[in-house]
Formats: sequence, structure tokens, C-alpha cells
Amino acid sequence: MTHLLAIGTVKGLFLAHSEDRRSWQLTEPKFLMNAVYAVAIDPRNQRLLASATSEHWGPSVFTSDDLGRTWQEPSDGSLSFPADTGATLERVWQLAPSPSEPGVVWAGSQPSALWRSDDGGAHFSLVRPLWDHPHRPLWGAGYGGQAVHTVLPHPSDPDRLTVAMSTGGVYRTEDGGQSWQPSNTGVKAYFLPDPWPEFGQCVHKVARDSADPERFYLQNHHGVYRSDDGGRNWTSIADTLPTDFGFAIVAHPSRPGVAYNWPLVADGERMPPGRSCRVYRTEDAGQTWSPLSAGLPQQQYYDVVLRDGMCADDADPTGLVFGTRSGEVYASADEGESWNLVAGHLPGVLCVRAAVVDGTAG
Amino acid sequence: MCRVGVPAALRQFTEGAASVPVEHMDGARLSAVLDLLGTRCPGLDRRVRDEQGELRRFVNVYLDGEDVRRLDGLATAVPARAEVLIVPSVAGG
Repeated sequence: MTHLLAIGTVKGLFLAHSEDRRSWQLTEPKFLMNAVYAVAIDPRNQRLLASATSEHWGPSVFTSDDLGRTWQEPSDGSLSFPADTGATLERVWQLAPSPSEPGVVWAGSQPSALWRSDDGGAHFSLVRPLWDHPHRPLWGAGYGGQAVHTVLPHPSDPDRLTVAMSTGGVYRTEDGGQSWQPSNTGVKAYFLPDPWPEFGQCVHKVARDSADPERFYLQNHHGVYRSDDGGRNWTSIADTLPTDFGFAIVAHPSRPGVAYNWPLVADGERMPPGRSCRVYRTEDAGQTWSPLSAGLPQQQYYDVVLRDGMCADDADPTGLVFGTRSGEVYASADEGESWNLVAGHLPGVLCVRAAVVDGTAG
Repeated sequence: MCRVGVPAALRQFTEGAASVPVEHMDGARLSAVLDLLGTRCPGLDRRVRDEQGELRRFVNVYLDGEDVRRLDGLATAVPARAEVLIVPSVAGG
């Protein structure tokens, strides 16, 4: 078995493999000059999925069934907005294989929309009830564009799904996507006249707890929160973090109450606090956070990790990976206790995913 | 018939050919020519036009040396024996 790491960057997809998660073999980039905003490693069949967007030739979703050696896409494209919407796909921000339905893969896109595939990610259909939601005309665009960037299928109930968008906030369905409820109570939108709106928050990332599917962790545009009731209500868990700004938040894949955060000073100072590179971990669902820094640069560090730039793998012990806007990738093989450099000088990293696979990266 | 010049980045859809002959009615709209091109080379058309049928922002199409955006866009009439050229514009960093 091999550890596979997929690194989506602004200029292509890099794959790496490792036997020990310390020494990594990096392969030549795929989708050169395409921005890869989303990757997924489907645990059901080892299929890789990648969203690649060319500034010239538009967006596509590709799949690979040989760990990245060859890639396929339908000639008519994977995702297309129906003619009556008048919309055009800008890019796909999230690819999420369903843990509860064979063959189902979800995608989140810019403009903000949710898509469902029933053939493992080859063809996607627009989820119309969310597209037709009366709130949609009021969802805004942040600097990165208006997008559904987070899709969290329920681990066992296919009727339940949670999405997050910037701006707009969190929405959930409990009837398989037929109806959608905003789920932002307690999440602040300091940049609006009413800072506690029903929707309109600039949510950066949401992660679901591994043991309790009702529990979520949320990194907001200022604010870090937890929900214990499926997203209906949120309370702050930022008190012992050095700051409450950042983009990435990751739940440990098997230990309940464990999550990771990559703080930045503030909206107006998007650099790590203390100019040191530190991942913060909670082991009590956000009541307390502790820094993890062994092997990471601790001086004059100015880099940023974006919303999908950090992930956990599915190995035991759990590994973690993060990639930065300046093209550095760090990995930990021991739950974040220590880190080593996977690669430097890559194009800016947009997303990372890691998993144990049978084979090596192509 | 016209010939459509295809940039290197899109020749995966033309079996490597730098230009593709397209049989069309004399004076057919450029959109119809691109439809025929898409039939002949599956996957190529949607790189040039989005799902609503518009030319992608950073794709330029020239008809006998003239940018079609300065003509009638996709409604521009394409004469027989015309040279149509698909060119990526300068963009990105």
C-alpha cells in the first residue's frame, strides 16, 4: 500500500506518493496551466477526480482510474448549466464522493450551485431546488468568486447534505436536496449592517466531526464555530485560538472532537500570527487549542493556507497535509506532532487530498 | 467549405491536425460552422464556446484575418473558402 497525495495548484495538478509519508516522489504535473480548485480520491474505487479550469478553454472535471496516469472527460463535458438558467460554469470548487450511495459524487461550483453525479463523477446534474432557492439572488461574491465551496454528505443518510458558500453561508437539506434551509444561527457577518443575518455570511470552510454527524466545525470570515445540532445553531470555539481568522478547518477522520485549524491574523493582515507557521489542534471539540510546529518554519513566515489547502488522510496513525499559496507542501505522519517538507516552489496550492491506495501515482 | 485553424492546445481534439476542413453553406453563420466543427471534432466546440453558446472570454476567432467580435460575432457570415482561425488571447500570469 502507498500513500497518495494530490496537490491542486493554480497551474496544474501534482501527484506524489510515499511509503512512509516522509520521503515523497513527485510526478510531473497534469493539466498544465489549468487551475485545479478541487481534487478527490474516491475511497470506494481509488478513482481520482480533478476540477481543472483553463483561463482560455473553460472548466472541466476529469476522472482517472489508474491513479493519474490517464484522465477522461465526456466530450460533452461533465457539468453544464441548463440553457434556461442563462448561467455558465466558471469552475468547480469541491468534489465529494458520497459515503452512503454507490456511484454518487457531489460537486460544488462557481456560480454557487450544487451538482450530483450518479456515474462516479463523469456526468453531473444541477440540483435545481438549491439553484431555485429564493435566497440565491441575494448571495454575494467574495474575492474568490461566488461559489459553493464545501459539500458535506451525511455519512449514512443520503437525504441529508450540508453545503457552504461564500457569501451566503451554510445551507442544509434533509430530504435529498428537495428543500434547503439556511443554517447560520450564531455565525456573525460583521461586514453587514445586521451582523446576525439568517444568511449572507462569508463562511470559509466547514468540517464534520468523525464520530458525531450532528457536530460541525466552521471557519468563518472572522469567527471559528461549532455546531452540535446538525448546523442549526453555532457557538464560538475561538477563545483559545490566537486569532479567529483563516480559511482551512479539518476534522480528524476517526477521533471524535479532534480538529485542525490554520490561523491568520485578520482579514486585514492575512499572515500567520507571530510570523510563524503553526497548525492548531483541538482534542476537546474546540474548548482548547494547542499549536503544532515541530518541523515547520518559525520565523519570518508569511504564507497562507487556503480553504481546501489542508486535509487529513485515511491512514493509521492519521496523517495531515497542508499546501500554501507560495507553493510549499508539508506533511505529518503522526497526527500533526511533527512535519516535513513534501515539496517547495510549486505553483500556489489551492487544494490537497491524501489517501492510502494500492499502487503508485502516475 | 472553409478551413478552421486550431491552436496547438486544442489539437488533442483534431488528431493533431492544425486545421480542419468544414463543409458548410456559403454564407452560413459562424455559429453554424462551429456546430459542424463540434460534430466533426467532439469536445472541441465547448472549449471555444460556453454552454450558453457564447465565445469564451479569452478565445478569439478570426475570419479571413478579422476579429469576429468586430464583425457580427457568432452571427458573422462565413463565405466558402474562408479561413477561420481560433486563437487564445493573451491572458493569465
